[in-house]
Amino acid sequence: MSVSRRGFIKLLGAGTACLGLSKLGLDLGPTQAYAAGLKTEGSKESISICPFCSCGCNTLVHVKDGKIINIEGDPDYPISAGGLCAKGAALRSLHVSPNRITKPKYRAPGSSKWVEKDWDWMLEKIARKIKDQRDKDFTTKNADGVEVNRLETVFSLGSSQMSNEECAVAHHSLRSLGIVHMDHQARV
Amino acid sequence: MTQHYTDIANADAVLIMGSNAAEHHPISFRWVLKAKEAGATIIHVDPKFSRTSARCNYHVPLRSGTDIAFLGGMVKYILEKKLFFSEYVLNYTNASFLVGEKFSFKDGLFSGFDAAKKKYDKGAWAFEKDEKGMVKRDKTLAHPRCVINVLKAHYDRYNLDTVSQVTGVSKENLLKVYDAFSATGKPDKAGTMLYALGWTQHTVGVQNIRLAGIIQLLLGNFGVAGGGINALRGEPNVQGSTDHALLYGYMPGYHNAPLSTWKTLEDYQKANTPKTVDPLSVNWWQNRPKYIVSLLKGWFGENATKENDFCYGLLPKLDPGMDCSHLFIFDRMYQGKIKGGLLFGHNPCQSFPNSNKVRKAWDKLDWLVVGEVFHNESTDNFKRPGVDPKKCKTEIFLLPSAYRAEKEGTISNSGRWHMWHYKAIEPLGQSRSMGDMFVEIMNRVRELYKKEGGAFPDAILKHKVIEKFDAEEMTRRINGYFTKDIKIGDKEYKKGQLVPGFPNLQVDGSTSSLCWVYCGGYTDAEGNLAKRRDLTQTPMQAKIHLYPKFAWAWPVNRRVLYNRASVDMNGKPYNPAKAVIEWDGTKWVGDVPDGPAKPMAQGGPYPFIMQTEGHGQLYGPGREDGPLPEHYEPAETPLAVNPFSAQMSNPCMKMVHGSEYDVLCKNADPKYPIVLTTYCMTEHWCSGSETRNGPALLEAEPQQYVEMSPQLAAERGIKNGDVVDVVSMRGKVQAVAMVTVRIKPFQVMGKTVHLVGMPFAFGWTKPKCGDAVNRLTTSVGDPNTTIPEYKACLVNLKKATKVTEL
Repeated sequence: MSVSRRGFIKLLGAGTACLGLSKLGLDLGPTQAYAAGLKTEGSKESISICPFCSCGCNTLVHVKDGKIINIEGDPDYPISAGGLCAKGAALRSLHVSPNRITKPKYRAPGSSKWVEKDWDWMLEKIARKIKDQRDKDFTTKNADGVEVNRLETVFSLGSSQMSNEECAVAHHSLRSLGIVHMDHQARV
Repeated sequence: MTQHYTDIANADAVLIMGSNAAEHHPISFRWVLKAKEAGATIIHVDPKFSRTSARCNYHVPLRSGTDIAFLGGMVKYILEKKLFFSEYVLNYTNASFLVGEKFSFKDGLFSGFDAAKKKYDKGAWAFEKDEKGMVKRDKTLAHPRCVINVLKAHYDRYNLDTVSQVTGVSKENLLKVYDAFSATGKPDKAGTMLYALGWTQHTVGVQNIRLAGIIQLLLGNFGVAGGGINALRGEPNVQGSTDHALLYGYMPGYHNAPLSTWKTLEDYQKANTPKTVDPLSVNWWQNRPKYIVSLLKGWFGENATKENDFCYGLLPKLDPGMDCSHLFIFDRMYQGKIKGGLLFGHNPCQSFPNSNKVRKAWDKLDWLVVGEVFHNESTDNFKRPGVDPKKCKTEIFLLPSAYRAEKEGTISNSGRWHMWHYKAIEPLGQSRSMGDMFVEIMNRVRELYKKEGGAFPDAILKHKVIEKFDAEEMTRRINGYFTKDIKIGDKEYKKGQLVPGFPNLQVDGSTSSLCWVYCGGYTDAEGNLAKRRDLTQTPMQAKIHLYPKFAWAWPVNRRVLYNRASVDMNGKPYNPAKAVIEWDGTKWVGDVPDGPAKPMAQGGPYPFIMQTEGHGQLYGPGREDGPLPEHYEPAETPLAVNPFSAQMSNPCMKMVHGSEYDVLCKNADPKYPIVLTTYCMTEHWCSGSETRNGPALLEAEPQQYVEMSPQLAAERGIKNGDVVDVVSMRGKVQAVAMVTVRIKPFQVMGKTVHLVGMPFAFGWTKPKCGDAVNRLTTSVGDPNTTIPEYKACLVNLKKATKVTEL
């Protein structure tokens, strides 16, 4: 019988370990005892992708009781065959880091600290800032009197951390605002 | 990448240059090692010995910024020893094209140079055409203005002595590399080149890669398995974010951003659609108008009609020559001309060059919106060491961003594999995806314009930005829809159906697509192909690790670009053992070919389908700084004389002058005699703003260091572990001395030149780990891309008398 590495692991999937192993005609005893102790047992597994270099190593993220309990390389990803570098191996620690920013924060002019605010307050303020700046500085014509319809006093930077779908939305939004000072990590 | 990661294993020679693949793309190296196990020669040309070098057949140290001298020498070697793949060169490259009489090259400058504007008139480099507009060719290659003869004449100066003098590479080492890599010029051999920011981040970055392309064309290494030029891109989705053009100068899908001189859509299309009279050239960009109209339909929906120019007039226009890339953004910010901005997943106060300038410019903003996962040097710039927060007026809105496993969508790896990732868990706390943030901000801006009116409201109100972020729906919009019922050939499509591939995109507004290269990645028949996990392949595909059913690759799931160049005129593979495609008499098998047309011998087209004339460009008249790469020294150079010409640095390089930090030391400045090169690390990603939050990673690599040779350390009385001050014209950085034989002094133009290397991952927000190395680097850039010269500037160093940063 021909089984891919990933297929083999699936066959040994949580809850069906006994059935899977007997399908393969293996001695179940010790393996069963070991499998019962795996920390990923009972978790939900999702395929994700490492957010660092462009090898795009696929990862398996295990979630149990609303928490990420494990992130490891996906053995079915042909490029990595389940491998990860030091950064990829540290992915769980970064996802669950206590240093994560988890609430919107505002810094007032001249202040030395951050103040937590709710999303609506932030989004409304941001929209107002953008609109006021755009209305004040919008350039309809350039020095030669040619129509240019652009906003030169507001920039956008980032991000190659965005998915393709986020990039498409970002580009679309920036074009509609008329922003021309627009760049990201492709030059860094 | 013209190829993809697993293809590296097919190479007979791997030249890793401008990259430290084993440390910075560790997983890519699996495939380098597979090639080595199969007998390939692996060569690392890089200023310092690293874990990449350790696994290569040999490491050749090169003074940073001299790649063109090194590779130019290889071109001379290949041409003189006739090691090129002559059939390929004659049939598939522009070797036989005649360069026009206006072309000349004198003492470092090509014809057409305007010294006042620091700009070339590229018309001076054009090919000679006959009365019908066909480029004149001499297939005997005898004419002195044949491209191959122009190439020969240009690189004649790149002899071993001069190249060795400039690069600091011994003649023996030069010959070793030239010999090993040129051996892939045989029909059944392939050599690949892997590069990264070590090639791009120079004032001659584009020409570094052009020259690599020239060598690969001479050796017949494009289109074949184990060949090509492969950028190991540094960021998770920098391939995709470039495809979708988060860049001032482009629109999604590699179309120029509109200029003020292109007033109407017709003007735009005319200026941007190349034409050829040669019926055998596919000239794929002749299809651009279809992609532009489909993009405008994707953006403006039913508001875009033929009558209103598909809303082209609502797009912002740049003035010709206007540069809005980050060097200029920060220059204008420093001068108070930029008031506010949006920053997403980016840390410019750490990762941009000349950070003292960047940080001061940042202080001058009135307001700033940031989407981030962690605090970093850019979010918290107002409280950096030595600065009084009271004096910083910037109002900052910091939005918590969801991390990768908390959101779904696609990313594109360096090999253009378009892959879906699933949401494993809800975003932590109140964090949200950046897609959500953009949509929510735009919804509110739109409401304000609806209510209040304002400046040019049509642009805001007529754009159909999605109103609730949905990754799956965005993937469909990127692919594109039919906007009405139409018939293409004998096939009927209904409004609302997904377009099954970009050959179906239309110029009349009956299709939409937010990025044409991705069209075909999501179809009604097969769904979201980025989700495919099928590892099966035909035996022919398996031989070259093609994996055509795993995810999807743009364009049209083609895994190896220009693959029609891997076969002879009859469609037979040059290397049958590692065939990419093959004509079986009725159709192509293997990879998705560059078009279904028959082989060239049966009337099929030339293989280089994206080039106007269908041929690989040994001579390329399209770049800003010349049709052929020429060695120029970095903007800061330890040399007093450039032996190749009187032109010391790239005559067209981009410079900014808006601050007191925009200074360069003089050539061979005795105050700054040491070359500095900067780089990433295995344990920290880029500026380190994320990975410094990983306890294991910070423990593994805790502090800023500077790698230097024992000879330099001895000269300066520095011991391993001492803290040193590294200074340039622009700033000072403290670092722990790592005295190591991995770096060797170079013998350059009769003198010893020292080089030091520093990672750029350490910033002040983590106590005692050091601060930005980019305080030392220069604000100069490549004339084509304005990518800054991070990889070579001049510094001096001495043992620190007082340690403040570590």
